[in-house]
Amino acid sequence: MTTFRRLALLGTTSALLLTAASAFAEPPRPECIAPAKPGGGFDLTCKLAQSALMDTKLLENPMRVTYMPGGIGAVAYNTIVAQRPADENAIVAFSGGSLLNLAQGKFGKYNVNDVRWLAAVGADYGMISVRADSPYKTLKDLAAALKADPTKVVFGAGGTVGSQDWMKTALIAKQAGVAPQQMRYVAFEGGGEVTTALLGGHIQAASGDISEAVPMLEAGKIRILAVLADKRLPGDLGKVPTAKEQGYDVVWPIIRGFYVGPKVSNEQYAFWEQAFKKAMATPEFAKLRDSRDLFPFSMTGSSLDAYVKRQVREYQKVAAEFGLVNQAN
Amino acid sequence: METFAQLGAGFAVALRVDNLIVALLGSFIGTVVGMLPGLGPINGVAILLPLAFALKLPPETALILLAAVYMGCEYGGRISSILLNVPGDAGAIMTALDGNPMAKNGQAGVALSISAWASFVGSTVAILGLILFAPLLANWSLAFGPAEYFALMVFAFACLAGMVGDKPLKTVLAALIGLFMAVVGVDANSGVYRFTFDSIHLSDGIQFISVVIGFFSVSEILLMLENTHRGGKLVKQTGRLIFNLKEFMSTLGTVMRSSIMGFFIGVLPGAGATVASAMAYMTTKRMHDKEGTFGKGDIRGVAAPEAANNASACGSFVPMLTLGIPGSGTTAVMVGALSLYNITPGPMLFTQQPEIVWGLIAALLLANIMLLVMNIPLVGVFSRMLSLPNFLLVPGIAAVSTVGVYAVHATSFDLVLMVVLGVFGYMLRKMHFPMSSLILGFVLGEMLEQNLRRALSISNGELSILFNSPITGGLWLMAIAMVTVPPLLRRRRRKQALAAQAAQV
Repeated sequence: MTTFRRLALLGTTSALLLTAASAFAEPPRPECIAPAKPGGGFDLTCKLAQSALMDTKLLENPMRVTYMPGGIGAVAYNTIVAQRPADENAIVAFSGGSLLNLAQGKFGKYNVNDVRWLAAVGADYGMISVRADSPYKTLKDLAAALKADPTKVVFGAGGTVGSQDWMKTALIAKQAGVAPQQMRYVAFEGGGEVTTALLGGHIQAASGDISEAVPMLEAGKIRILAVLADKRLPGDLGKVPTAKEQGYDVVWPIIRGFYVGPKVSNEQYAFWEQAFKKAMATPEFAKLRDSRDLFPFSMTGSSLDAYVKRQVREYQKVAAEFGLVNQAN
Repeated sequence: METFAQLGAGFAVALRVDNLIVALLGSFIGTVVGMLPGLGPINGVAILLPLAFALKLPPETALILLAAVYMGCEYGGRISSILLNVPGDAGAIMTALDGNPMAKNGQAGVALSISAWASFVGSTVAILGLILFAPLLANWSLAFGPAEYFALMVFAFACLAGMVGDKPLKTVLAALIGLFMAVVGVDANSGVYRFTFDSIHLSDGIQFISVVIGFFSVSEILLMLENTHRGGKLVKQTGRLIFNLKEFMSTLGTVMRSSIMGFFIGVLPGAGATVASAMAYMTTKRMHDKEGTFGKGDIRGVAAPEAANNASACGSFVPMLTLGIPGSGTTAVMVGALSLYNITPGPMLFTQQPEIVWGLIAALLLANIMLLVMNIPLVGVFSRMLSLPNFLLVPGIAAVSTVGVYAVHATSFDLVLMVVLGVFGYMLRKMHFPMSSLILGFVLGEMLEQNLRRALSISNGELSILFNSPITGGLWLMAIAMVTVPPLLRRRRRKQALAAQAAQV
C-alpha cells in the first residue's frame, strides 16, 4: 500500500516535471472564457480555439472552456481587468458585438485600451432576409417599400436598439433615405425567435448574421436580400448579392477572436500569439473554422490591436450619429 | 404508416448496445443532476457535451446521451422539491407546493412514486405527440407572434388568480415583487439599463437561478436552522412507498390533462417547463380544489406539475427538430452540440438524416421507460433522505446551492445576491408570503413585458394587435373565464347548499 502510494506519487511528480520542461512558456492551466451561457457564438469561438490548438498539438495541457455570461462580455471584461489582469492561463472570447458595446461605454469604467487584443480567428457578416414568398426580391425593393411607407416594413432582430442588428438596419434605412427613428424595429432575444417571427409573418424583414441563416436558406424558407460584406462570400453563399453591389454601401463584419488580461507578460502574450499564428496557418484550422460557419479573418498581435481600436472609434462615430452615446453613459 | 416504419428504424438505432448503455447512464446522471438544487438540465447537458465529444461518440449516440440527461433532470427535480422543499430545477417549483406537505405528512414515498408515474405519462404523451404531429405543430408554433405570447401570459396571470387563496393581498404583493425583479437589467427593446445602479453584474438582470436558490434554498436552510434551534422534530415516515389504486384513479384525469397542456406549451419556443408546470398546477387547483386541500398535500397537486413539466421538456424537441429553433435553454445547447457534428437541425433534418431524428425519438421512449423503472425502486432510498440529521443536510444543501449559483456567471456577486435574496425570502416566508407567486411574477413578468412591447412596436402603439387574431381572442376568453367562472360556481354552490339547508329545516 505504502509502496504503491509512493510509486504513484513519484509518477505524478515526474509527469509534472516532464510537462514543465517540454512546454516552454506554456501556461499550466489554459482556459478559454466564453462570456456567455453555453451554446452560443462565444462558446463556439472558444471550442474553435480549443480544437485548433489541441489538434495541432500547440498546447500540451488540455484547455478548459468556462462560461462567464453578462452584458455581451461586460462581466468577463471587468473580471479580467480588475481581478485577473496577469492571469496568463485565460484567453477570453470577444465579438464585434462586444466591441460595439465597448464603444458605447456599456462595459463599465473600462475602455478598449484596458486589455491586450490577441487574435481574431474568423468573421461572420450581417445580412438582411425576408420570407421566401415575400414580394421583396432585392434590397432595392425593400428600400423602396420602406421609403414609400416606413410603417409597412417591420424589421426584427436579435438585439436591442443600438445593437449590431439594429445598426445594420439603421444604416440601410439611412441610405434608403429613411430616418432610423421612423423605422419599425422589434427586438427579440436571439436569432431563433427572429426566425420564428419572420416565418410566422409577424415581421417583414430580419437582420442577423449570415451563418445563422444558412439552414433556413437551404431549406428554401427565407430569401437573403443582401450580405453586408465587402465582396461576395465563397462557396454556395456566392449567389447572395452584397448590399454594396446593389448600391447600398453598408458593410458589417462581425469578427470573432480573443483577448488576454492587461498585465499578461510579453513572453506569455508572444506564446499565445505564436500558437494562434501557427494554428491558423494549418489546413486543419480552415476546416474547423468552416465547420463552424465562420469566414476567413485571421489577424494577431499588433495588427489586430490596431484593427480593434479603429473599429471601436468607427462604432463610436456611428453611435454618435444615431444619437446613441448619451443614452449609454 | 411510413412514420411507423421510420420509428422502427429509429428503434434499431436506439437499441444498439452502446446507445442503450449511454441512455441508461444519461438517465441516471440526469436524475442526480436534476435532484441537486441549482443544477438543472442545462448544466447537465453542458457538462456532458465536451465529454461526448472527447469520447468521439457518433452524433446519434451523443444526442441520445444529452436527451436522456435532459429527461432525467425533469424526473430528478421533483425529488428535492418533495423531500426538502427546495426545488431541484426550475420546472419543479410547483411540485414543492403539495409535494413537501405530503412528505411532512409522512407520505413521501407516495408523493415520489406518483410524481414518477406522472412524469412518465407526461413524457410518453409528449413523445407520441412529437411522433404524430411534429410537422403540423411546427406551423402552429409559428402562428405565435408577440401578441399571442402576450395573451398567453395574460392567461397565465389569470390562472395565478387561483393561487390567491386566503391571502389575496400577500399573493398580489409577492407577484408584484417578482414583477419588479424582472425589470432589472438591460431593457431588451431600447438597450437602456434599468435599476442596475451602474453595476455590470446586474446588466443582464437578476439571474433566475439566484432568485430560485435564494428564495427557496437559502430561506429553507434558515428555516431549518431555526427549527433545529427550537429542537424541531423529524418527519416520520409511513410504510407505504407506492401509491394505491384509489390515488392512481384520482389523479388519472389530472395527469392526462396536464400532459397535453404541458406538451402544447413546450412546443412554443420561449414558454418552457416553468410556465407549463405552473399553469398545469393552477388550472388543476382551480378545477379540483373544493375542500381547500391544495397546498396542504393534495396528491393531484403533485401529479399535475410533474406531468406538465416532463411533457413540456419533450415538447420543446418539436421546434428544435422541425424548425431548428430551440424550444428551451437545454435544447439550445443541444443545437450547439449538433452543429459541432456539422448537423444543422431544421426543416431538412427529417429528410436528410432520418436516422438521427428517429433514433432520438426512439431513445426518448426507451429512456423514459428506464427512468420509470429506475425511479420507482429508488423511492425507498430517497425517502430515507428525510431521516438525515440537519447537521448533515443543511451544509449539503448550502454547498450544492452555492455551486449551482456560482456555475452560472462564475462571479461572487451572484453569491452575495443569493444570500441577500435568501434573507429577504426568509423574512417574507415568516410573514407568510407565498413564494410561488413571487417566482411566477418574476418568470412571467419578463415575457409579459417583452412581448407586449414587441407587439406594440410592430403595430406602432396600436392596441388592436393584442386582440385581433383568433389565437389571441381565444386566449383572452380563456383568461376571462379563468377569473370569473370559479367564483360564480362557488357562489352557486353556496346558494344551493343554503337552499338545501333551508329545505331540510
